[in-house]
Amino acid sequence: MKVLLSLIKKEFYHIIRDKRSLLILVGMPIVQVVLFGFAISNEIHEAPIAVVAPNKSQKVLRLLERIEVSSYFHIVRFLESGGQLDEVFKEGEIKLVLLIDKDFSRDLGQRKTAKLQVIADATDPNTATTLTGYIEAITNRFAREGFSPLPVGKQMPPLIDINVKMQYNPSLRSVFLFVPGIITVILLLISAMMISITLAREKEKGNMEILLVSPLNPVVIVLGKVLPYVILALVNGWSILLLGVWLFGVPIRGDLVLIFGEMLLFVLTALSLGLFISTKVQTQQAALMISLIGLMLPTIILSGFIFPIESMPLPLQFISHLIPAKWFLIILRAIMLKGATLHYVVKETIILGIICLVLLGLAVKNFKTRLE
Amino acid sequence: MSRINKNYIVRAKNLTKRFGDFTAVNQINFEVEPGEIFGFLGANGAGKTTAMRMLTGLLKATDGDAHVAGHSINGSPEKVKYSIGYMSQKFSLYDDLKVYENIRLYGGIYGLTGKQIRSKIEDILEELNMTALRNKLVRDLPLGWKQKLAFSVALVHDPAVVFLDEPTSGVDPITRRSFWELIYRAARRGVTVFVTTHYLDEAEYCDRVSIMVNGVIEALDTPQKLKEKYHARSMHEVFVHLARKEQ
Amino acid sequence: MRTILFILQKEFLQIIRNKLILGMLFLMPVVQLIILGHAADYEIRHINLLILDQDHSTVSGDLVHHFKASKYFDLLPAANKYEEGLEQMQRGEADIILEIPLGLERELNRGESAEVHLTADAINGVKAGLGTKYASRIIYDYNVERGRAAGGQIITPIDLRYSNWYNPKMNYATFMVPGILVLLLTLVGAFLASINIVREKEMGTIEQLNVTPIKKYQFIIGKLFPFLVIGLMELTIGLVIGKLIFHIQYQGSLVIVYSFAVLYLIAVLGLGLLISTLSDTQQQAMFIAWFFLVVFILMGGLFTPIDSMPLWAQKLTLLNPIRYFIEVVRMVLLKGSNWMDVRWHFRSIFIAGLILNGLAVWNYRKTA
Repeated sequence: MKVLLSLIKKEFYHIIRDKRSLLILVGMPIVQVVLFGFAISNEIHEAPIAVVAPNKSQKVLRLLERIEVSSYFHIVRFLESGGQLDEVFKEGEIKLVLLIDKDFSRDLGQRKTAKLQVIADATDPNTATTLTGYIEAITNRFAREGFSPLPVGKQMPPLIDINVKMQYNPSLRSVFLFVPGIITVILLLISAMMISITLAREKEKGNMEILLVSPLNPVVIVLGKVLPYVILALVNGWSILLLGVWLFGVPIRGDLVLIFGEMLLFVLTALSLGLFISTKVQTQQAALMISLIGLMLPTIILSGFIFPIESMPLPLQFISHLIPAKWFLIILRAIMLKGATLHYVVKETIILGIICLVLLGLAVKNFKTRLE
Repeated sequence: MSRINKNYIVRAKNLTKRFGDFTAVNQINFEVEPGEIFGFLGANGAGKTTAMRMLTGLLKATDGDAHVAGHSINGSPEKVKYSIGYMSQKFSLYDDLKVYENIRLYGGIYGLTGKQIRSKIEDILEELNMTALRNKLVRDLPLGWKQKLAFSVALVHDPAVVFLDEPTSGVDPITRRSFWELIYRAARRGVTVFVTTHYLDEAEYCDRVSIMVNGVIEALDTPQKLKEKYHARSMHEVFVHLARKEQ
Repeated sequence: MRTILFILQKEFLQIIRNKLILGMLFLMPVVQLIILGHAADYEIRHINLLILDQDHSTVSGDLVHHFKASKYFDLLPAANKYEEGLEQMQRGEADIILEIPLGLERELNRGESAEVHLTADAINGVKAGLGTKYASRIIYDYNVERGRAAGGQIITPIDLRYSNWYNPKMNYATFMVPGILVLLLTLVGAFLASINIVREKEMGTIEQLNVTPIKKYQFIIGKLFPFLVIGLMELTIGLVIGKLIFHIQYQGSLVIVYSFAVLYLIAVLGLGLLISTLSDTQQQAMFIAWFFLVVFILMGGLFTPIDSMPLWAQKLTLLNPIRYFIEVVRMVLLKGSNWMDVRWHFRSIFIAGLILNGLAVWNYRKTA
């Protein structure tokens, strides 16, 4: 126990002495959360659009005003005709063009259907879908207010209305979705990267040999290495979490102790992954390549942080099951945003625990082989 | 520009290096004559490596100046570099390049022609008895061989003066001896050799030695005269005498 | 000039001898491009719908039938109580709950309009929005159908038609693959460059170079050029994968893409080299590079559109080299934009490259 404490002290000393790295480790995640919390969203505001309106009548102007004040769009250009569309899109600024039929005013409200056409730049299908959705909502409301659906004929039956409730996130703020994701990605990358590179560095410098020839139990050595990083990662995790609450109003509806426990489990998993990587490589360069290039994109893309896992092809959904970040993300979102108790996330917790044990087991096995 | 002093190839004047409050090299003055083997002795931390790093342009002097091969290390450090070779105490050739590739690289950087490079490679390999190892990766060579190779690479452009920073640390006495044979051979060709070491037996091989203690030069003369002056039988005794005096 | 050639020869030899780096340089990007290109799909197809039919009438049966026929929804086994539904939502199994209250049919028959309730798990706002939109449309269509059956007709006041240009099938791979390619190029290049010089510092080999009369710019160019070549090779491999595996039709001129790639790589590698000259250890270099890359990647417009950022963040992305390359690749490859359309991007990246490499050369000290 005393030995362990002195090892931990030594490791802490290492971490703290290198001021620049410490600043990066603690400061950068915070900067990232602030930046991403504000910047990453899929709500679109003030998207630049162009309009083709051969007949700028009162009704057309009213519709355009609706669109302009919606805060989703900003009409930057009026085009003479639909013939210039290709050039306009190729310049890249304008994402959507609204073509208003010349008879729009005449038909609207006269028991005829007025025609509108929307052409979206679908190189980004996501933006295209979102924008056309906004336009649809605006024109529907516009039509309903002034010119509600006009039943023709006598026997029109009554309609079924819809009452929509947005559960957990009534204002549909995407920051709710992203803050847990950012915590997950940063925790995983920092933990796995830090530990794998630190150990690889010791190997390169030959310090590892010195520790290994000492009469210390390898488990104690590894613990001494890992524990300081557990603490550092937890500090990181909580500072991000608190920032999310204070800065972005992300709710924590669940139990803090539960979040703490799950976070500890996840950090241990990430560190085990880092340990495992470090037993497989000889140089810092290799550790870096694997833990960064190998982990960064798969974690961002396959964890469900940004892309819905259900939409992926089956083999990839299977791969995503192996990604620890995916499970932690599900757990964290459920506890924070839905107020889930352990009972609801017990399956995910067990899976995460198994992944952790397997990685740790592999790391220890490799570590021992090196000793023999 | 060309103030080449016929009598001196290296001349330090009040050369000083401070790191914060700590003065590593304190106003040292000395001259090295062309063609001599000049030994630079001192305990660890006495300032000899720092002094050498200033002379080779790896470190800026805080104060004072030095002329190496006719150029000021402050005024035209890049000109100095054409006339000097350097071998650091940490092996610094490329481990993942082959023996001949290292020679070719440095020959190229110093601006040798293709023909010159090819003949240099043959000369060096022959001199070191390494012809068979030409295609071996440097990382696979034993330390002593690496050091000999590093020495030859430092001389690839036939510099006027070569700086060797503890060139023989970590190798066995036999390898050290054969390394010194290389140094003598270079000196016979007219190359000035400026060498730091903490092996005092090696000091006996030098034409003149200076002994640094705590950033200043305590003594500078031929080994013979130093021994006479301090009534010592060996350089070892001289060194102990000077080091003890300081405490 | 000759000096640079010798440095280049050395760098290439070192890269070729390092099996790990070679694997990282070529295998990893290929595998990741293929996997991630398939994974990066925002389209929401399978929305888990839970129906609580408390009315158990002909009308409610019809409505349920309409939902079953929709390709957007996967129906969960029916539940009896709203609380049960909510619990499933909490567990993450149900995305949307459709509650048909008791008495729906009776009220409609009485000639009154009646309400159904939709509850969406709105943590993922996009999914919730789309799901309720699809559900509303189904109900609307059902209304129209009932109206017709009763001999009535509904005239929609406004008819909105969509066309999606450049990517009519709304194929995500078309959109994402060029972007991911840019990313992989950046990751590999910037990381390798950022640890390159500092590695020589740690190994001590840089001293031997520093005592030679080598010029600073020769050294930096010698470091930069090999990665530039490798980057262009990776770009080529990636473009071939895009064509063969993802069947992307490249619309515009590849000359523009390659010219831009050269300027872009010079800028990004310059950043890497600058980081390298600023750091004392590989570890530090990696952390700094990591920070910049995560910010650049997440704010590069690849995963979330730049238009959806607040204005200040949009302004910040003007400093992000990845943003320019992603835009250029998408504009040129997918829309066929020409030189004039991307001239602004060329100018920006050129300036960035100049500044970053200038700083790298300036900050590389032969003398401590």
